[in-house]
Amino acid sequence: MEFAELIKTPRVDNVVLHRPFYPAVEGTLCLTGHHLILSSRQDNTEELWLLHSNIDAIDKRFVGSLGTIIIKCKDFRIIQLDIPGMEECLNIASSIEALSTLDSITLMYPFFYRPMFEVIEDGWHSFLPEQEFELYSSATSEWRLSYVNKEFAVCPSYPPIVTVPRSIDDEALRKVATFRHGGRFPVLSYYHKKNGMVIMRSGQPLTGTNGRRCKEDEKLINATLRAGKRGYIIDTRSLNVAQQARAKGGGFEQEAHYPQWRRIHKSIERYHILQESLIKLVEACNDQTHNMDRWLSKLEASNWLTHIKEILTAACLAAQCIDREGASILIHGTEGTDSTLQVTSLAQIILEPRSRTIRGFEALIEREWLQAGHPFQQRCAQSAYCNTKQKWEAPVFLLFLDCVWQILRQFPCSFEFNENFLIMLFEHAYASQFGTFLGNNESERCKLKLQQKTMSLWSWVNQPGELSKFTNPLFEANNLVIWPSVAPQSLPLWEGIFLRWNRSSKYLDEAYEEMVNIIEYNKELQAKVNILRRQLAELETENGMQESP
Amino acid sequence: MEHIRTPKVENVRLVDRVSPKKAALGTLYLTATHVIFVENSPDTRKETWILHSQISTIEKQATTATGCPLLIRCKNFQIIQLIIPQERDCHDVYISLIRLARPVKYEELYCFSFNPMLDKEEREQGWVLIDLSEEYKRMGLPNHHWQLSDVNRDYRVCDSYPTELYVPKSATAHIIVGSSKFRSRRRFPVLSYYYKDNHLNAMANRAAGKGYENEDNYSNIKFQFIGIENIHVMRNSLQKMLEVCELKSPSMSDFLWGLENSGWLRHIKAIMDAGIFIAKAVSEEGASVLVHCSDGWDRTAQVCSVASLLLDPHYRTLKGFMVLIEKDWISFGHKFNHRYGNLDGDPKEISPVIDQFIECVWQLMEQFPCAFEFNERFLIHIQHHIYSCQFGNFLCNSQKERRELKIQERTYSLWAHLWKNRADYLNPLFRADHSQTQGTLHLPTAPCNFMYKFWSGMYNRFEKGMQPRQSVTDYLMAVKEETQQLEEELEALEERLEKIQKVQLNCTKVKSKQSEPSKHSGFSTSDNSIANTPQDYSGNMKSFPSRSPSQGDEDSALILTQDNLKSSDPDLSANSDQESGVEDLSCRSPSGGEHAPSEDSGKDRDSDEAVFLTA
Repeated sequence: MEFAELIKTPRVDNVVLHRPFYPAVEGTLCLTGHHLILSSRQDNTEELWLLHSNIDAIDKRFVGSLGTIIIKCKDFRIIQLDIPGMEECLNIASSIEALSTLDSITLMYPFFYRPMFEVIEDGWHSFLPEQEFELYSSATSEWRLSYVNKEFAVCPSYPPIVTVPRSIDDEALRKVATFRHGGRFPVLSYYHKKNGMVIMRSGQPLTGTNGRRCKEDEKLINATLRAGKRGYIIDTRSLNVAQQARAKGGGFEQEAHYPQWRRIHKSIERYHILQESLIKLVEACNDQTHNMDRWLSKLEASNWLTHIKEILTAACLAAQCIDREGASILIHGTEGTDSTLQVTSLAQIILEPRSRTIRGFEALIEREWLQAGHPFQQRCAQSAYCNTKQKWEAPVFLLFLDCVWQILRQFPCSFEFNENFLIMLFEHAYASQFGTFLGNNESERCKLKLQQKTMSLWSWVNQPGELSKFTNPLFEANNLVIWPSVAPQSLPLWEGIFLRWNRSSKYLDEAYEEMVNIIEYNKELQAKVNILRRQLAELETENGMQESP
Repeated sequence: MEHIRTPKVENVRLVDRVSPKKAALGTLYLTATHVIFVENSPDTRKETWILHSQISTIEKQATTATGCPLLIRCKNFQIIQLIIPQERDCHDVYISLIRLARPVKYEELYCFSFNPMLDKEEREQGWVLIDLSEEYKRMGLPNHHWQLSDVNRDYRVCDSYPTELYVPKSATAHIIVGSSKFRSRRRFPVLSYYYKDNHLNAMANRAAGKGYENEDNYSNIKFQFIGIENIHVMRNSLQKMLEVCELKSPSMSDFLWGLENSGWLRHIKAIMDAGIFIAKAVSEEGASVLVHCSDGWDRTAQVCSVASLLLDPHYRTLKGFMVLIEKDWISFGHKFNHRYGNLDGDPKEISPVIDQFIECVWQLMEQFPCAFEFNERFLIHIQHHIYSCQFGNFLCNSQKERRELKIQERTYSLWAHLWKNRADYLNPLFRADHSQTQGTLHLPTAPCNFMYKFWSGMYNRFEKGMQPRQSVTDYLMAVKEETQQLEEELEALEERLEKIQKVQLNCTKVKSKQSEPSKHSGFSTSDNSIANTPQDYSGNMKSFPSRSPSQGDEDSALILTQDNLKSSDPDLSANSDQESGVEDLSCRSPSGGEHAPSEDSGKDRDSDEAVFLTA
């Protein structure tokens, strides 16, 4: 077993653990292939059970022979281990470093994890494209499922099955794929049942400097328009960036070739700019020494909330085109795997009541993030404490979750899930025992045989016992479009995730509990009253029958 | 009435602050007490009522092609922009309002004409609802250390103090008079709060002083200086923050930078820190604390009240909070008239002192959601009425002045009004037996600046679109109300069931009424009509050419986004004074501005105005 070579010291006694909100505890530290475990010797219950893959960075310090390892986790938590003995400490540190940065995906924990629960519903089959398609195929016959990407030959980052206009055949799709970045030809993202308008997404068109065009591409997207109608193309880059992209073979749709479409540029940042924003924000949240003015200026300088506002604004604009203007839209940036997905998925949260339910939201993540080819493996490889500046790491998904939280905060009764559900998804996207967020796209997941070799997150989440933790007690189905405010005054910092380890949530948790109690008690009474009413009605009919012979 | 140059102007536009392209056409009325705007639109006829005493500034802006704009900023943070077609009318309204907003005599204030149709007895009962002698009794006073002193009878020693004061038993009249000569405005140290919980004779005191005590002369005393800025700094700070709130579609950086630059939250934190320090000293160290600033009626009041709230759960109840304001602010001579500019006076005396205290309470409520019996609306309504002068409580600068004016005989008490409507002000998460409700509230000692947040519910409270569109508080209150009905029904059902079973045993026939139909309610607290209105998401996007068919509707659909105020501020946001019968507007419908059209998703009332395409 390769892990054994990496674990230089599997066990150290008399280690002291410090972590937020708990008193320091002394115990035995054990390293396994995937976990760092600390248990106090008294009652043998684990005090800490940390996935190596959750470790973002470590620091070590020595005072005499007492070593200290500071572990910074991808969920922003910081814990400290005091380890007696310099050698042990160095061994532990280097082992953790090696185990938390394994190269091979197949060595990751999901491939070793054996569930302790009975799988009632296999999450790998919970959200099949065919089922999703059925949801709107009754309303329209303008769309069809295409299997053109069956072997991932046309587009490596697309799933095998995609939804395209019925009038466009697979041959045309193949041609369009050569004209779009990464082979990502326009596909259906969302069908608005209310008026039949759609959201499509794709990669940028490869027009290059000489203004290349593709008749099939034009035909494909025009096929989504009703007679006499126009559509919008929302480019998630600034006009400037989009123009510069032409030099590298990319570009944007020229009005002349797409006369029925109006292009809108809504710039959303990407890549290392987002990563740096996250690093700065978490640093500001962790630094408790500065005064009020420094806090606000650091919060401002992180730009995190600016990104939130940008993304939400673009999503609202998209939703407005669909619902208010009655126009279909195509959304893309460069690759169509990051900001594009933020906008398409948030627009659906706004427009589609189903995506505000637990099931519907899971389906949305499955469809618009996993199958749509958001490169989770790359984006979530490191979190707020990473030092290496890799271009492909970025908190794109976390920003999406934050935006959902912002809408949830503004419409606290319109979501079936609660904040904990969003936090859970954040955690699992960065480190998990489940295979759901492994790999960068369906093609990679297929090669890794994740369905056979790992457990789906949804198999675990959708058990009734687990679901209850994530269910919003205030939920009342709201069939309306919900328009969030994007004013800065309406977009606060998501404390539940960024201040989670810096301030006690005791009183807020108590408030949540109280809220649940109020609603549970009401339901209980409702049930009791209903039973009594029925009993009474039965008795009265009996009496009535006795009365009339 | 002699100040009203023109009582009525037609074809005035009320501009929507969020989407300036939307404006409501209507008629503007000036009355002795209010500015009233009534929309023409027949299906809403929405009314906007502004009390003259709420008006902070009036600004006449440059005339444009559409008319002459008038900007009215209110002390409750409402901003009204009107466009009056004729320059002359605008000028008349402007001149009238300038005078009406700055009364020179107390008798001009609204509370002297406000008549809630209560009889004399009810009014008198209202004034005794909050009784400070009861409050001192609750603290366990008098006791072997503290006694009631009559030294200030007829306000002989200090005219800004009340007549009933508690002082140490050992303090003779001679000592008190001596002390008063040594203190600014003769505000000698008196008891503010007696903390009986640890029986260590610990208390918070108040007094005034210009300069500070020489440490050598006060043995056994530790000095602590806590820098809270003066009223001028605070006034400017609020001004700066309100400018930020007023920005039209600010960027996140504009907002955060402006908020930081205003220093407002830093000041809030300074007040909180001082309150936390005192509460700790009293409850943990068992020390007595003497609090003073220069005159002892601004910062001292803030800090003592915050400390009292932290120490004593009683002050976190509805009635207790009224007592706290009555005691620390009203009775001890906080200069309401000067600070809140009720009468025309020195603008340099105006400062948001109690506003800051009210915000401190809100900040605490955010951190301890179960600890307060009242909700955010309670705080907002109190703030509103401090400026409205609709009730007599906050008039004048001292108890002496209020007695001279015979406030209690001539006006009504806000406390009775709030108490009568207490159902609106309850926090559903509050439970008297909850652990969070008990004892002292403990705040972390670390700086924790992030705990202090911008209060958009107050400073942007008239921008309904910016607030959460569904109220958890209202939802939970509705659930609790239904729960109570269910409890009653359950009891009745059980009784009936028992009876029938008994009767059946006796083989007797019983006829019984039909059971009530099940009435499980959907607690629709969500303001769906607002939820259904998109905001300006585009900045300055060019209009889409094919949009022309909708252009024609532009004028016919002049709708304020705020026309659906619904339950969130039942009596304040638009027409706080429904019950006042003083107006002469025959057109006024009793339901006023509470029009809440239910707009289903299929009916796109606003669709033509989808504002993301502003030309």
